[in-house]
Amino acid sequence: MSRETLVNLTMLAGLVLVPLWALWADEPFTITLATRAVILALAAAGLNIALGIGGLVSLGHAVFFGIGGYAMGVLAYHAQTYTPLMEAPVLIEGTKSMPVIWLVALVASALAAFVIGLLSLRTSGVYFIMITLAFGQMLFFFTISWARYGGEDGISIYLRNGFPGLNTLVPIQFYALCLTLLVLTLALTAALMRSPFGLALNAARQVPERVRAVGLDPFRLRLAAFTLSGAITGLAGALFADLNRFVSPSMFSWQLSGEFIVFIIIGGTARLFGPVVGAVLFVALEHWLGGISAYWHIWFGLLLLGIVLFGKGGVIGMIAGRARTHD
Amino acid sequence: MTEPVLETRGLSKAFGALKATEDVSVALHPGEIHAIIGPNGAGKSTLIAQICGALVPDAGQVRLMGRDVTRLPVPARARAGLARTFQISQLAMEDTVLQNALLGALGASGRPWRFLRPALGDQSLRERAEAALERVGLAAQAATRTAELSHGQRRQLEVAVALTLAPRAFVMDEPMAGLGAEGSARLTRLLDGLRAEAPILLVEHDMDAVFALADRVSVLVYGRVIASGSVDEIRRDPAVREAYLGDSA
Amino acid sequence: MTLILLVEQVLNGLQFGIMLFLLAAGLTLIFGVMGLINLAHGSLYMIGAFCAAAAAAATGSFLLGLVAALAGAAAAGALIELLVIRRLYARDHLDQVLATFALILIFSEGTRWVFGSFPLYLDVPEALAGPVTLPGGIQYPLYRLTLIGAGLSVAAGLFWLIARTRIGVQIRAGENDREMIAALGVDIDRLYTFVFALGAALAGLAGALVGAIQSVQVGMGEPVLILAFVTIVIGGIGSIKGALVGAVLVGLTDTLGALFLPALFELVMAPAAATQTGAALASMAIYILMAGVLIWRPTGLYGARA
Repeated sequence: MSRETLVNLTMLAGLVLVPLWALWADEPFTITLATRAVILALAAAGLNIALGIGGLVSLGHAVFFGIGGYAMGVLAYHAQTYTPLMEAPVLIEGTKSMPVIWLVALVASALAAFVIGLLSLRTSGVYFIMITLAFGQMLFFFTISWARYGGEDGISIYLRNGFPGLNTLVPIQFYALCLTLLVLTLALTAALMRSPFGLALNAARQVPERVRAVGLDPFRLRLAAFTLSGAITGLAGALFADLNRFVSPSMFSWQLSGEFIVFIIIGGTARLFGPVVGAVLFVALEHWLGGISAYWHIWFGLLLLGIVLFGKGGVIGMIAGRARTHD
Repeated sequence: MTEPVLETRGLSKAFGALKATEDVSVALHPGEIHAIIGPNGAGKSTLIAQICGALVPDAGQVRLMGRDVTRLPVPARARAGLARTFQISQLAMEDTVLQNALLGALGASGRPWRFLRPALGDQSLRERAEAALERVGLAAQAATRTAELSHGQRRQLEVAVALTLAPRAFVMDEPMAGLGAEGSARLTRLLDGLRAEAPILLVEHDMDAVFALADRVSVLVYGRVIASGSVDEIRRDPAVREAYLGDSA
Repeated sequence: MTLILLVEQVLNGLQFGIMLFLLAAGLTLIFGVMGLINLAHGSLYMIGAFCAAAAAAATGSFLLGLVAALAGAAAAGALIELLVIRRLYARDHLDQVLATFALILIFSEGTRWVFGSFPLYLDVPEALAGPVTLPGGIQYPLYRLTLIGAGLSVAAGLFWLIARTRIGVQIRAGENDREMIAALGVDIDRLYTFVFALGAALAGLAGALVGAIQSVQVGMGEPVLILAFVTIVIGGIGSIKGALVGAVLVGLTDTLGALFLPALFELVMAPAAATQTGAALASMAIYILMAGVLIWRPTGLYGARA
């Protein structure tokens, strides 16, 4: 077993055991904190498919997070006010069912990612970074002026949405749901990295000319990766909105997009568990440093600067050494 | 004479006032190696770019198997049966040698949209990739990271990736670049055997290799073909001697 | 809609665009010469505004505030270039994004620490307060008109610096070929620090000038930074001329979009719905402009072909 696998298993064990301990010790806040970390990890795991394997530095992934959040917010809002979402040409009603909301979140954010990808993947390098950032800001301002759904104030949902057979109001049950989705996503990512698609995408990041010369189109590969990536981050957005029972334009904020990238880098780029390690560390630091100093972002910024300038390979890289080639 | 596999007809491309290629017509017939030689700046790279689809010519045609492919983009031309190697190795350095060969096999299969099963578990891809590595003598290095290969081995891998495509024609851009005498001789033997599978359009600076391999040679100077013929004819051609080979050749 | 309103909005758009140019010019220079994407450029804008507000409050002089903004932002720029930025030139864009993102966190929280969370106010100098009457009887704030004039002068100065001076030659050479300027015996390290500090000073100046018509607060830099990105994506990265054209386009699209789109929708919708739809679309107008330019010309209006 490689050291990286060991790190991954330890992390996974921690994600199962710590909330169970919190349940036993009656520390519900720890469970909420862990839920937050797992959802942010899921968002970053989505981004990791585009950024880690595909090398696409998207500084606008909060768009998909926000769209997922609003998918939940809009559907649940109509359900709780007993108003239809749309009457003509077909009647569409709101819903409080998580599976339906997730599906809508996945499809809506995948569509958005497809369109944004279609435009921004025509460019590369800094252009791509700036353009994805700009599209993020566009949706941010759009939701602010979208008075029908609360504008700047967003939407509050009174009761957490339901999942068949579970009581999602119990923190540990909601947590289990989120963790399951994260593990499924990581399993998908692991399969993807080794799959024919992953092989081609990974090569398109390193040598696009070669990929073209063997008859494959890097643009299409990247567009597919970006779409899938956006869909997963969108799903995380729906969960995040359910955790807070609130959505607002702040889910589209560019800082959040930056933080998703930060999670991946702190954990280790293109590492399966990079986003998980990064998000858990971030939430822990936010809680711990935030308790010590109101200005904890300074210390976090310095830490990040140190990791970027001096610590190649992130936390997993420091513990487990150079990335293995997948075979 | 048989129908050419790959052919250019009157290819012209100018960048502003500079005519990079002017009315270039070359043909590649089954079973042959056709070498294109010429001094630096003669337009060889521009010619290859037009043949492979990276540049659209201002005028003229590129035909593959009798079909006009002038407007096809690079990937479509590769799928139509054109395999190229690069002057500067274009290999995924982080990946293993086998993975690079698999990429070629994957391109040839035309089925990259598979997300769940491991690429290495696909027997048909794997056999194709391994056969190509075997052919160029890299079977023992299959699991090595490409970044750890020697320069000569990378040149061999370039050829192996092209081989996985089972192409109708090869276009090789200075495959001998940077190789020593031994590596050059080794690659020369390899290319010599390849022409039976598909003809090779060979752009090369290494004259020993060209004279050892080529069935026909075309000489490109200032974007124009100034002579075309057998190795002996080219050696004797006074215009070529003056323009390119110099008297020492 | 009256002609007066239209002229007023065109002038507002122009003023907004010119201020955007000050920010975009620095960004595009820094990218063109050093190949660096700098997210912390908005922080330098903020630092300029805070320096101006603090100096103006202490001395009562707006002009001294401007001097403080230029000096403060240039000094902060030079400092981070020496400490952090120069380690990033050889790195990939991802590292540049992350490191400059970290700088934003540090600058924003640092400023909050020193100045607190409440916004500061910078007053328009008395001599420039109040409206001025333009030909045709249109009243327009003198200060905003001055901003347009000042911004255009800075733009002219910048074009002169790059086209006519020795340092301009070095900057242009640096955009084309890094090794060549080294071969010319130019001290690259010093050139880079200078260019970065110059970009920072321009950003700081913009922050101070705009600070007098908006409030000076933490986080003021990032929304305008993103607009500056949109500007140079439209204009073409590395082109100062593109930055100017892009900035004016963005400025005009933003103000005129807010003016015309709701009115346009009123032609086909009920007024209340039209106002809402129009406002929503107007908030996205510049991004739609950007998308349009991208489809038409992926490397921007004046960008080099990729």
